This record gives sequence, structure tokens and C-alpha cells, in this order.
Amino acid sequence: MSNKAIICQDLTKQFGAFKAVDHISFEVEQGEIFGFLGANGAGKTTAMRMLCGLSFPTSGKATVAGFDVYHQQEKIKANIGYMSQKFSLYENLTVTENIEFYGGVYGLSRTEIKKRGGDMIDMLGLSQSAKKLVGELPLGWKQKLSFSVAIFHRPKIVFLDEPTGGVDPLTRRQFWDLIYSAAADGITVFVTTHYMDEAEYCNRISIMVDGRVEALDTPTQLKHSFQAQTMDEVFYQLARRAQRTAD
Amino acid sequence: MKRLGFILQKEFRQIFRDRTILAMMFMLPIIQMVILPLAANFEVKNINVAFVDHDHSTYSRRLMDKIASSGYFRIVGYEQGYREALYLVEKNEADVILEIPQGFERNLVREGSQQVNMTVDAINGTKSSIGGGYLTAVLGDFNSSLDVITRMPQNTADLKAPPIEVTWSDWFNPRKEYKYYMVPGILVLLLTMIGGFITALNIVKEKEIGTIEQINVTPIKKWQFILGKLIPFWIVGMIVFTVGLTVMYVVYGIFPKGSIAVLYLFGAVYLVALLGFGLLISTFSDTQLQAMFVAFFFMMIFTLMSGFFTSIDSMPPWARQISVLTPVTHFIAVVRLIVLKGSGLEHVRMELYYLIGFALLLNGLAIYNYRKTS
Ligand SMILES: Nc1ncnc2c1ncn2[C@@H]1O[C@H](COP(=O)(O)OP(=O)(O)OP(=O)(O)O)[C@@H](O)[C@H]1O
Ligand SMILES: [Mg+2]
Repeated sequence: MSNKAIICQDLTKQFGAFKAVDHISFEVEQGEIFGFLGANGAGKTTAMRMLCGLSFPTSGKATVAGFDVYHQQEKIKANIGYMSQKFSLYENLTVTENIEFYGGVYGLSRTEIKKRGGDMIDMLGLSQSAKKLVGELPLGWKQKLSFSVAIFHRPKIVFLDEPTGGVDPLTRRQFWDLIYSAAADGITVFVTTHYMDEAEYCNRISIMVDGRVEALDTPTQLKHSFQAQTMDEVFYQLARRAQRTAD
Repeated sequence: MKRLGFILQKEFRQIFRDRTILAMMFMLPIIQMVILPLAANFEVKNINVAFVDHDHSTYSRRLMDKIASSGYFRIVGYEQGYREALYLVEKNEADVILEIPQGFERNLVREGSQQVNMTVDAINGTKSSIGGGYLTAVLGDFNSSLDVITRMPQNTADLKAPPIEVTWSDWFNPRKEYKYYMVPGILVLLLTMIGGFITALNIVKEKEIGTIEQINVTPIKKWQFILGKLIPFWIVGMIVFTVGLTVMYVVYGIFPKGSIAVLYLFGAVYLVALLGFGLLISTFSDTQLQAMFVAFFFMMIFTLMSGFFTSIDSMPPWARQISVLTPVTHFIAVVRLIVLKGSGLEHVRMELYYLIGFALLLNGLAIYNYRKTS
């Protein structure tokens, strides 16, 4: 078994004749914060769903936490956390109830859930709102809670699909503090974002254009090779080559 | 197993927080079972009868008087011949023709048996066939040696349809009141609707808001997910069933003649089958609208074919076959048997096997068809 968190070789997903993800290859190291960038419709979510065992690849190979995406999806699922692009905690359950449910589904004991859940709520500063329905929380809080629930069972890898979409700058900073502390605990972070300042926080980033990975390096190296001052410029240079119109 | 506990806890929290489900659990059975029997009252009065009396005897006159005074019939004509009477049917003035042959009185007195002909208008099926049934009952009351031959022409011009014997089985419905027949049926329909829709809509709603994706990315087992949905809604269904039975007793004074335990046994198995059906639908649908349409489509077939509206005996063979293949048919039959006739488990054992079969099949298909990875 390799010590890479994710290995991806020519991974492809086709919807009919349309190649949403087109032969992407990359590797993610353990403990790394890997930024997965690309314009709307580039294929980020589609690629991520394959890696999480939510959808079958059309072709290519990939392992996540050492498990094969075709045959060992349930093993992958036990070892990862996933925060989807669409908010998907239960809005009609309270903060505590959501934590309890997901903790239980991932096989934690009630005592563990109680202890760790309490710590987590304190750390998020949600003690006042623990008994509130999640639907009543502001978006920034929801997203932070959602992330914390995704890593509550201490997965090896966490997949975050645009976790900070629509969130204010201050909360985004707090969110990234959470990501850093998860990475410090050894959790590999695979994150998509449309914010270039966030891209700078990543150890390495890949940029997808029309289903293909067109660039992959550290932010510093990327700026260097594209002779750009900012990540914005790098992204712009790549993204304008896109044929695909975002839908 | 521990995981299932967490799933159930979550479902119960959501159910008991949802006012619509709570209202549905208690109000729906009460409202449906009070209102529907009024609307679906098939009791027929004012059945229009045309007489064709070829005998002109005291006896034939006495028979016609008896029919006229029974309260259910309106005499629309004393015709010379069958053709003239049929003309009344064609004009939609008569529902039933009773033809008394020549020698009616003589044969009854001398030989102790006689045949009369009854023709029933097949267009207004319900009214006429019930009317025909009533008429047969009155005739039997008049003289048990009467042999009633019924014809039911496809169209009124076709008189070659073979005579069939009318069987009017109201002996387990002693007061001949329609509600005794309808109310248990409505209870079944209620359970059918709830079972068929509730799981389908619930799961598809999770698909729509995206929470199912969050579930599918966890190491939850398929059977855990399915049981996690099945058990809470099964309990909801059993509560509805109980409320329904209570309404049946309190409002209509109908208390099951047979064993309540057997009734609950059937209700329990039936609900599992119907919930499985809903689960199966949810695996095929992406939106609540789709699920509604598919569920509704099958619910219509199920109820129309179930013997609730039309007697299964009067269905053509192909329809009867579909009827046998729907769980509703079996449950309606059983509930009527247990509630009205007092049948015991030994009489309805086959139906139980049928329902268990349906339950296993539908839930098995649902588990098989549920995909955590698309
Ligand atoms: N189930 C599907 N069937 C057909 N086409 C699909 C399906 N899912 C995604 N696509 C298409 O694949 C392409 C990539 O979609 P994807 O959601 O992966 O993009 P994305 O990079 O996540 O975009 P965004 O930044 O908007 O989230 C899009 O053109 C989308 O319409
Ligand atoms: Mg996306």
C-alpha cells in the first residue's frame, strides 16, 4: 500500500458523449492541503464524487486512502469525510442532534459523541445555539458546523466542495483556521474553491479546464511558470482557454 | 445494530417535529373515514323497474305489488312485451326489466318451481346490478322456489347474452347497510395511501435537499438505511390503522367480529409491503413530483382493481389476474372477512402468505435497487 492519500490516473467520467472529467491524473500526499480549482462546470464536483465513492468512473484508475474507487467504495467511505457543495446537514434537527446522528452513523459510541461533540461545539463557539435547529443558523455558522461534522469521526481525508461559497471574508478566515487545524491533526484536505486568496493557503493546487487538469504545482511555482503576480492572473490565463460555457 | 439505533432516533425526531405528519396521523383517518363513506355510499334507491307480465294472474300481481312496496323500486311501466320494455331501458327510463312468463302462477302452484327473467341495464352498472341484486332478494323473499334468470346485455340490442345466475351475498351484512361494506374498505385505502406515499416522498425529499448524498458517503449499510425508514413509518402506519379502527367503532359501531390480533397481524404485514412499494418508487424517482405521479399511477390501479369499487367476480379474466397481483385486493378481502364475517386465521392463511410474499418481494427489490454509488 502506498503512503499517498489519493492517487488518480486517467480518471474519466462521461455523461453520454460528454466528458465531464477527461483523463485527470494527480497524486495527493498525506497531510497535504490540496486545492482543486477550476471554473464553473470544469468538472470538480464530478471528479470529487468519483473519489468519494458516490459515482462510478467511466475509465481510469484511482485509489483513495489506499482503496480502489471501483471495488472498495465502502472502505473509502469509512475513511473519508465529505462536505458537499450543497449544504446537507438536516435543517430540522438541532446542532447537537446532527452531530449525534452523523457520529453514530460513522460508528462512534454515545459517550465519545457526547464528549467530542461538546468540545466541538465549544470550539466553534456554538454553545448558545446547540439546541437550535440548524436551519436557523446563519450561513457562515452552518458551513463551519458542516465542516466540523465532516471531520468529527477523524477521517484520513476530508473532501470539501466549495466550503466557503457565499461566506463573508471574516468567516472565511475562521474557516481556513479550522482547515489548518485539521491538517495539523494529520487529516489530508482536498478542497475546491473559487477564491484565489484561498488558493494561496493551499500546499499545492491543480487547475481544471474543461474536464482536464491543466496545471498542478505550489502556488509560488505556478505564479512563477505563468509569469504572473497573483493567482488570479494564473487562473485567468488558464480559464479563458475554456471552450465549455458554465451552466 | 448500534448504527440503526442512531438512524431511528433521527427519523423519529424528524417525524415528531413535523406537524404535517402528526396531523396526517390523526386527522386523516378521522376525516377520511367519516366523509368518504357518505360520498361513496353505493346504496341505491329508486331503481326503475319495468314489468312485462305475460301471466296476468293474481300471483303475478301480488309479486309486482310486493316489489313496488319494498321501497327500493319505482315502477316505470307495465309493458306488453319485452321489446317495449327494452325501449324504456334504451331511453334510460328503466334500469331493470322483470319478465313474468305465461303459466307463472300455474307452474308455481303445481310444480313448485318457476323461472322469471330479469334483464339488467349494463350501462349504469352500479345502480342496475345492485338493483338487480335487491330485486333478486325481494323475489327470493316472495317465494323461494323462484328461479331468477338474469341477462346483462352489452348493449341493449344484444339479447343473446347467456343467462347468468345472480348471486346476492349479503348474508354477512345483515342490516344490508352499505357502510358495513364500505368502511372497512376505506380503512384499507387509507393505509394504502399512507404506506405507498409516505416513504416514497420522504426519501425523495432527502434526494431533493441533498441530504441523501451525505448519507450515501457514509459507511451506512443499505439495509440499515432501508430499515431506518421502514420502521418509523411502519409505526406511523400502525397508529393510523388504530385510529381508523377506533373511528370505525365509535362512529359506525362496527366492531371486528373476528380476532383483533389477526387483524393487526395482517395490518402489520400489509404495511411492510406497501412501505416497501414506496421505497421502491423512491429509488426510481429524483423529484417528489415524479414520485407522486408514479405512486399515484399504481395506487389508482391498485384501488380500482382491488374489489373496492367493483366486485372482482364481475371483472373480465385479465382484470381478475391483475387484481390477484395487487396486495390491496388481498388486504381488502381479509379485512372484510375478519371485520364483518369473523373469519379466523385458518380461513385467511393463504392471504397472509400472499401478503408476506409481497412484502418480501417489494422490500427486496427496494434494497436491491437502492444505489449508494450511481
Ligand atoms: N449527472 C450528470 N449528467 C450530465 N451532465 C452532468 C452531470 N453531472 C454534471 N454534469 C456536467 O458535467 C460538467 C461538470 O460539472 P461539475 O458539477 O463537476 O462542475 P464543477 O467544476 O463542480 O462546477 P461548479 O464550480 O459550478 O460547481 C457540467 O457541464 C455539468 O453540467
Ligand atoms: Mg461543483
